[in-house]
Parts: sequence; structure tokens; C-alpha cells
Amino acid sequence: MATQVFKIPDSFNKDFKYTFCPGCDHGVAIRLVGEVMDELGFRENTIAATAIGCSVTLYDFLNIDAIESPHGRALAVATGVKRANPDKTVFTYSGDGDFASIGIGESLHAALRGEKITAICINNTTYGMTGGQCGPTTLVNQVTTTSPHGRNLDYYGYPIKLAEHFALCDGVAFSARVSLDSVANIRKAKQAIKKAFQVQLEGKGFGFVEILSSCPTNWRMLPEKAHDRVRNEMMPVFVPGIYKDLTI
Amino acid sequence: MVEVLNNKKVLTKGNYAIANAAVIAGCDCYFGYPITPQSEIGEFMSGKMQELNRGYVSAESELAAINMCIGACATGKKAMTSSSSCAIALMQEGLSYATSDELPVVVISVMRGGPGLGNIFPSQGDYNQATIGGGDGDYKVIVLSPSTVQEAVDLTYKTFHLAHKYRNPAMLLADGLLGQMMEPVEFGEYPYKDFDHSSWALSGAKGRKQRIIRSYSPVEAPQCDHIRHLFDKYKQMEENEVMFEEFWTEDADLIVTSFGSLSRNVKAAIKQLRAKGLKIGFFRPITLFPFPNKRVQELANKTKKFLAIEVNMGQMVRDVRLAVNGKIPVEFYGKPVGSWPSVEELAEAIEREVK
Repeated sequence: MATQVFKIPDSFNKDFKYTFCPGCDHGVAIRLVGEVMDELGFRENTIAATAIGCSVTLYDFLNIDAIESPHGRALAVATGVKRANPDKTVFTYSGDGDFASIGIGESLHAALRGEKITAICINNTTYGMTGGQCGPTTLVNQVTTTSPHGRNLDYYGYPIKLAEHFALCDGVAFSARVSLDSVANIRKAKQAIKKAFQVQLEGKGFGFVEILSSCPTNWRMLPEKAHDRVRNEMMPVFVPGIYKDLTI
Repeated sequence: MVEVLNNKKVLTKGNYAIANAAVIAGCDCYFGYPITPQSEIGEFMSGKMQELNRGYVSAESELAAINMCIGACATGKKAMTSSSSCAIALMQEGLSYATSDELPVVVISVMRGGPGLGNIFPSQGDYNQATIGGGDGDYKVIVLSPSTVQEAVDLTYKTFHLAHKYRNPAMLLADGLLGQMMEPVEFGEYPYKDFDHSSWALSGAKGRKQRIIRSYSPVEAPQCDHIRHLFDKYKQMEENEVMFEEFWTEDADLIVTSFGSLSRNVKAAIKQLRAKGLKIGFFRPITLFPFPNKRVQELANKTKKFLAIEVNMGQMVRDVRLAVNGKIPVEFYGKPVGSWPSVEELAEAIEREVK
């Protein structure tokens, strides 16, 4: 008898159609969130605070209630949702520009307070939706539309290492960095997302996952080459791993 | 710190009175960041909200505070923040979003001196900030202006009521003098019924279609329809919610307009001049938006001149002039910031206009 090994998560909208560029990892990341929702069974009790950027259309794919936050303010909006409704499962799904640049204050303080919220941040080393500008995670020497000579330290300084920083916050119960460049790493990513929700559901604290993601369009690369870049250029700087885990 | 006393007259500082009224109004969540001269509101709420097991966050910034209000209001709850002048400036983006999202965010604004850091003296320099705003796009915030501590209580109730009735942000625009002064007040019960938000509020997509609250549409026609819908609401507010106080306007040669606690000195000055036989009238908008345009237009047909008195360089006077539409002169008297002009100073200024 045939066994089904892969399906669209039940938490997805039935008529969804991905609108991401070919080779973009957003699709995989959102699918993993959907699978975790299915497995832990919290879709119907969920309110998401979405962010500005390519991540904004999250609610087109996941069949959940959502409010669209102003740029950078997702963790503040999520805090408001959660404090008004402690029984709801609340999460944010943002890009690095939203979460770590304009929104670093809100993101960090929500983590410091130990809000019972799950935050997922896509790190693709650039501002995707606006056309590939230099951002908080852009690698040193990386060429972008606003770093045409490469990210040099004199003009731009250093990129931020989110998973390490957030692990240092006492309010954080889980902090990990994962990658979507291989099947093995996608499996690890799903386990991390699951734990980041579990710590919320168990009231342990803030759950955080930084997902290394490709952006073939703005990197001017074929999808396959883009994953090579994730492996060869991003992972040595943004080292995948679990930086904090209070579930064990 | 005052307690929630529903049926007793108590001597209370303006800021505590506003906070206590918000608690009685059923405010579910308070999010705030300290700033003089309104810090007592946040101090009061930090204790009271926790004692009542309601939501409270000592927010990391005013940006965060207004957006926490947005999050809580998106679930149909009563949420408010409070701040002052240069920090209300930081909330303008949030107010624009909350207006487009149709969320009943309540903001208490206790004006101090500006621009920039300014100082902590009272001022009326944020009339424009409140009624016009600095957020992007076409939007309006409901603005109520109290002149006494008792009225601050009553209008705090009304601010919650109107915000939730119209699903639009509403602001109580007080000033540093009112926030810091003590007067006897009676709180009573919250005089309005609560609205049922279950048809739109976010609660999790269980047994129904998902709900999305957002301010943007990538398509032109729905975005136009949405903004027209907002302006239909503003029209309803102008028809149904305008509040003002006036006296001695029927036979007045000159009508003096003012708002907020300053109008108490203006009233006293007019009483002195009436005693001298000068025909001076008084007009005080209580709703700054919706502004009492219709009544000002009517009065422009009865009187010979308006004089607008404000502690700013002339802000509400613009709305008076727009309503008068050139029919009769509209003069201005004011000072930029600081202690309210005395009754004697105001009486002289008013008398000059009728000589």
C-alpha cells in the first residue's frame, strides 16, 4: 500500500499560491511553520503579527488570523496581542530588515521581557522586497545595491549575529539558527521551529529561530548557486546551532 | 494614589483622575513610557492594572507602546497609552496605521512645551499635532479637550466610547496644568455600553474564515473605497458627536474662542468685561475633531468679530477662520508656552478688540 510522505500542511489555505521568486526559501520556511502547526494543533488558536517585506503575505498561505504590523513593530504588536490574550498562540514571522534593523528595539525588548511569543526571522543578508540593499545581516565584503564596493567596515560596520544575541536574554527559552540548504538541515529547522513554539505553549518564555535563507533574485544567482552561497559564505559567519534550549 | 472610588467625591490630581477613569471605563491593557508632565498616569496604571489582573507593559518606547495598543485592540480589547508632546510625535505612524486598521486605540496626550524637547511647562502647542497629525495619508483622530479635572474624567469615558463606537483612534488632549492640578471629582460608573467586537476581532480562525487586519491594499480601487469608508465615518462624527460650550453669544459684538483649561481664565475675563457692560461672548470647542464648524458658521452671522486665545502661536484659530470663511474678522491673541495668561491680562487683550 502506498504511504503518503509529503503533503501540503492542513494549516494552509486551500487555494494558496506562492508568490515568492523561484528558489526563495520563504516557501520552505512557511511550510515548516504550517507542519509544526498541524503537529502541535494550535492553528485555530493562533494570531500572527506579520511584518513588512517579503514576509508580509504570510496570511495568504497560512489559514490563520493575522494583523499586519508597521515596519519593525511586529514584536510590539505581538506583545499587545499576547498581553490582551494570554491564552492565544502568538507569533511573528519577519525578515532581517524588519526584525533586526528597524525593529531591533522591539524584538530585543520582547525577548528580554520573556514574552510568551514565538519569533521567526529570515536572514538572507539583504532587504529583499525593496531590491537587495545592504542590511543588518549583510556579510562583510558583500556587494548590494547600497554597498556597490562591498560592505566595508569603515562605512557599514559589522553584521549582527541574532541567535547568539537572543540566547543571552534571560527571557529567552529557546534560540537557534538553522539553514534550509539541504534536506538534513530542513529537518533540523523544523525541529527548531517546533521547539520555539513549544516553549511558548508551555509558558517557558520567548522562542526564537533565525533561518538562513537564499535570495537568488537579489543575489543575482541561480537557486542552486544560492544554496552554495548559504553553505560556503553565510554558514561560516552565521554558524547554525542551538544557542539556548530550556526544554532540555 | 487614589483608589477606584465610584460614588464618592474625592480631591484628585488630573493625571490620577484620568488614569482612574480609564480603569473604571474597563481599560483592559495599558502600555506606556514615562514623560513629564503625565508620568503619574503610567505610575497609577502600573499598580492598578496588575492588582486587577489586567494587561500592563512598561514599554521600551512610545513606538512600542502605541503598537502594543494596536495589537491589543486588534483582538477587540480596550487598550490605551498616555504620553506628551515630543513623545506623542513618535506615535504618529501608529495612529495612522490604527486609523486605517480601524482600531479603537485610546491615547491620552498631556501637552507640554515644544517644539523639540521644549520644556515641561504647560502648553497648547499640540492642537495641530492632535487634530491634523503627522502620520501619512488621509486620516483623522477623534480629539476631546477637557477644561477641568471633572471634565477630564467624563471625557476619558467618552474617549473610550467614541473610539470603540467608530473603531477609530481617539485622543484626550489635556495639558500639563490640568494633569498636575488637584480638584474634587466624582467618578460614578462608566456611562456607556460596551460594543460587541466579535464580528471582526482577531481570536483565532476556529470554525470560521481567517481574519486579517491590515492597512494596505495592493490594488487601487479597494484602497480608494477603504479611505472613502473612513471619511464616511468622519462625516457621521461631524453630524453626531460635536460638543462645545458657549454663553453670552446671542448679543455678542465679539466672541472669544479658546479650548482646554486656558478657557477658564478666558471665561473669568469675559465675566469681568460683561460686568462693565461690554457685549462679549464665549465659545469653547470640546471636540477638537470633529470641530464645531456648523456652530461657528452660525455664530459668524450673529456677531461682528472672533478673537481666538491660545497658548501657542495660533493653531485652533485656523479652524475658526476656515469655518468663518472670511465673513468677519478673526483675530488672535496668545503666547507660545508657559503659565496661562492671567485673567487681567486676558481682559485687557479682549477689551482692546472691542474698542
